Amino acid sequence: MVERQSPLELAPLEPELRTGSHGDFEHGIDVILSETRPGSILQLAAWPGQEKKLISGIRTVTGLALPDGAGAGSTDGVRSVFGFAPGKFTVVDGAEGLASAFANVVTPAIGTVTDLSHGRTAIRIAGPKAEWVLAKLFAIDFALPAFPVGAGRSTMHHDVFAQIQRTGADQFDIYVFRSFARSFWKALCHASEEVGYEVQ
Amino acid sequence: MLITCPYCGPRDVIEFTYQGDGNRERPQPASQNLDAWNAYVYDRLNPAGDHNEIWQHSGGCRAHLKVVRNTLTHDISSVAFARGDHKAAARHKAEGKA
Repeated sequence: MVERQSPLELAPLEPELRTGSHGDFEHGIDVILSETRPGSILQLAAWPGQEKKLISGIRTVTGLALPDGAGAGSTDGVRSVFGFAPGKFTVVDGAEGLASAFANVVTPAIGTVTDLSHGRTAIRIAGPKAEWVLAKLFAIDFALPAFPVGAGRSTMHHDVFAQIQRTGADQFDIYVFRSFARSFWKALCHASEEVGYEVQ
Repeated sequence: MLITCPYCGPRDVIEFTYQGDGNRERPQPASQNLDAWNAYVYDRLNPAGDHNEIWQHSGGCRAHLKVVRNTLTHDISSVAFARGDHKAAARHKAEGKA
């Protein structure tokens, strides 16, 4: 695969991703922002009636069992999967080459595999105020009972489409279009200023 | 105005795109019945009350939805997938109040 470069570090003179502490960090750092840079980001879609076969194929390849229900998902820290639409799933792996692993499992009779690894940027927000910061950007319920660990949501911020997966009690992974990543990252940094944030 | 997407749950109307009147019936593409085409393109019920509409959750799961919206109060009384075979994916029931 072609070597990837982060959209957050494209401009050497004015990089958007500045590691260190920012905002009101003197009173404590309440969120940590980072770019997770997974090797593989895939979109899997099942033809009507083939959803169960696709879900079992995801289990075969990733070892992750998808809980039942809309937007359900799971993660083991390296690989993640969640439903973002009826019969459609996002599958992420820290390593490259996940698409070829699915090639023989998700046959054309079951559904499709689309490799979005170069088209999405994965941003992680973690910390006690992660829910608070995200609630300023997205009009969805981030409380743990409404948005359990592993679950995914499709929504948007100012027309920038975003897929959000909760990967921990106070940790979320956000997948945005690569071309909007710098703009979204800046918005996320501004939203995090009041609580004090650290970029890793 | 909130629309309760059967997949995503209650979401702000800004995430949705109006796809037109849900009462229209498109003639077969080869049809040469001009009255039927005229009715499809121009005739609308324009009710003061419940109205069948097609919406797309374009800022979310991108599913097309059959929505019944009251044109006087904006109450959404029913939301369902336009595609019947998505029924199994539905988790959220439409709430009376919008």
